[in-house]
Amino acid sequence: MAEDNLSQADVQEKLKEVFTQYEGESHELIPILQEAQKALNYLPAAAIKEIGRFLHLPESTIYGVSTFYAQFKLKPQGRRIVKVCRGTACHVRGGARILAEVEKTLGIKASETTDDLEYSLESIACFGSCALAPVVVVDDEVHGRVTTSQIKDIISGKK
Amino acid sequence: MNFAEIRKKAEAEWASLEKSPRPHIIVGAATCGRAAGAMAVIKAIKAELTKHKIEADIMQVGCIGTCYAEPLVDIVKPGRPRLSYGNVTPQIVPQLVEDYLINDNPRPDLALGTMGEGNITGIPNFWELPMLKPQVRIVLRNCGIIDPEKIEHYIARGGYSGIINALKMTPQQVIDTIKNSGLRGRGGAGFATGTKWQLCHDAPGKTKYIICNADEGDPGAFMNRSLLESDPHAALEGMLIGAYAIGAKEGYIYCRAEYPLAIARLKTALKQMEEYGLLGEHILGADFSFHLKIKEGAGAFVCGEETALIASIEGKRGMPRSRPPFPAQSGLWGQPTNINNVETWADAAVILQRGSDWYAGYGTEKSKGTKTFALAGKINRTGLIEVPMGIPLREIIYGIGGGIPNDKKFKAVQTGGPSGGCLPASLLDLTVDYESLAQAGAIMGSGGMVVTDEETCMVDFARYFLSFTQAESCGKCVPCRIGTKQMLDILEKITRGQGQPQDVDRLVRLSQSVKAGSLCGLGQTAPNPVLTTHRYFAEEYDAHTKEKRCPALACSALVRYYILPDKCQGCGICLRECPTEAIAGGKRLVHVVNQEKCIKCGTCYDVCPARFGAVVKVSGEELDVPSQPVPVVAGKP
Repeated sequence: MAEDNLSQADVQEKLKEVFTQYEGESHELIPILQEAQKALNYLPAAAIKEIGRFLHLPESTIYGVSTFYAQFKLKPQGRRIVKVCRGTACHVRGGARILAEVEKTLGIKASETTDDLEYSLESIACFGSCALAPVVVVDDEVHGRVTTSQIKDIISGKK
Repeated sequence: MNFAEIRKKAEAEWASLEKSPRPHIIVGAATCGRAAGAMAVIKAIKAELTKHKIEADIMQVGCIGTCYAEPLVDIVKPGRPRLSYGNVTPQIVPQLVEDYLINDNPRPDLALGTMGEGNITGIPNFWELPMLKPQVRIVLRNCGIIDPEKIEHYIARGGYSGIINALKMTPQQVIDTIKNSGLRGRGGAGFATGTKWQLCHDAPGKTKYIICNADEGDPGAFMNRSLLESDPHAALEGMLIGAYAIGAKEGYIYCRAEYPLAIARLKTALKQMEEYGLLGEHILGADFSFHLKIKEGAGAFVCGEETALIASIEGKRGMPRSRPPFPAQSGLWGQPTNINNVETWADAAVILQRGSDWYAGYGTEKSKGTKTFALAGKINRTGLIEVPMGIPLREIIYGIGGGIPNDKKFKAVQTGGPSGGCLPASLLDLTVDYESLAQAGAIMGSGGMVVTDEETCMVDFARYFLSFTQAESCGKCVPCRIGTKQMLDILEKITRGQGQPQDVDRLVRLSQSVKAGSLCGLGQTAPNPVLTTHRYFAEEYDAHTKEKRCPALACSALVRYYILPDKCQGCGICLRECPTEAIAGGKRLVHVVNQEKCIKCGTCYDVCPARFGAVVKVSGEELDVPSQPVPVVAGKP
């Protein structure tokens, strides 16, 4: 669920649960960030601070890691995540036009989230379903051989 | 249970499946199958079975590689060969169930082929199909055949006999076996695997690590995903053998987060290994202990590079460092570490199962064995294939892949992802091995093969790869960080029609600087797509810069859309669909594109009914068409 107004207490409580599975060693940073994001929907500044305290790492290190990897989001994410593949096979089979159509339909660009926090749009390379290019993934459902005319139904969950 | 007992149990389970008195239905449900709708097909099958009160088993398998025909459903009736159907939809399922399961009509019109003993009139043998016949399936032997969530299936088909054989040898003998097989790294660079193991084995240090690189980041490649989803134990057995040979007690599988099903299958597989005593302390009663952990990547292409991958496991930014020291001397946590790709580990397992001489019997003098490739792009039969090294490219693209769809012309095949190169039609007789591909300016890479036809602009293709590598550069080396950005800017300028001939020279010079000045493979190979497209398709660069023309009609800034007055029937579809209201017209009037307003999205071109074919796309020329709508000439189609 998208929540853009997590209180510090919420963050602390949810992270406390995440921390129970870890020893507090610095090499656990990436799995902790992954779990924290799963629990909080994104990585708010308060979470970065808490994780730093738990792992005895400066916040700058945690920002460094969380901005390095594409998976980590520092802004609230939509309830539904639409990912358009821009891999080579998708590119050759018209992936750019699929992305343009999704952008048009949602009214946002790649790496943006709609104002109502319903959808986030990402462009990813790649999902490895190249034989069925072009590919669109909504939440965790993979749609292959997508055409621009199917986009509306795929996004609304009708297909 | 000792291994003989485990094997007996597994074989009995496999036999009971093969000799089952009930029909069983096998559905390819790897990610690619699911993307094509396999889960909806399974639901439809269940509903039909219930409706007709048929007792049958449904088994989900991985990917057999004929992805173009997904979803795949195989039906096995007692006493009949396994019968494979392609492109199965939930709508076809009731017919299949009624015709074949109930009325015993195998529907040769829908069937792809049969597997196993026996024939069915009118249906070819699956393995004799043009896509399958030239293949040698060693690594992929179980894919699409066994249930990937059952270790017993893997064991029943010879699995884990490789580690049994290895445990009877000394570690040095195991390394020698790998050396004798001639196996080279399947992740891209092609370093001799036995030598790599030897270096780590000989390195001083008590604690050693092995890592399976499953961070298959090359866009256009899916060999590792498919193998892990379809037969996870293949790579895991290889890791056991490697750990024994090298002397490692701990290992990691670094798998990209974009592959959730592969990660789930790995987790299940590890649990099963533990249950059978194939993982943990005193494996199979021997003086050999090994522990394995899965590390999920977090979305960074550069982590496919081994030193970056190690940094990522250590919880840091995945930035490569200079070598030496090589990971074999100082890798994870500063200890000797051996990293191999998924396919290399799977090859190692089968080499220990069947012997190095047998494996070295395939391939060429310097490139032994087989290689898996992911065939995608503009090719009829997309999918996952495994071929002996030394096979000509033509055999892969036309024999196995069935050529280019819609009678279009082959233009280039891109091997090795963003680090690889584009090979033109004149090189179709090139043999696929490490040396020939490198000589042609491409690389073997991990096995992505994307085919393009006449509609792909090679300048735009190079721009596409640069946009990827530029975004994925970790930023450590200035030539890579800034050089790829400059290269991308130049390529964008050229595809917009604003490039000058001297920009191309600058691009080639920059390519050489980026290659020379980068620490890791990403920067060293990022210019390859530019250099190969320039080497083999220089005329396309010239057309863009000198004539402001895109011969492939792909660069939108360089194309124009026109409506031909002698073909337009004034139907109004293009006018309605145009997103920018750039088309003028009316009932029975020839429509006209306002070039000022047109954003070149191509919608009119797509929606104009094929029987009219009135919208055309041109580059580098202006057509003489009316500037205002005029009445349609009567008496046309």
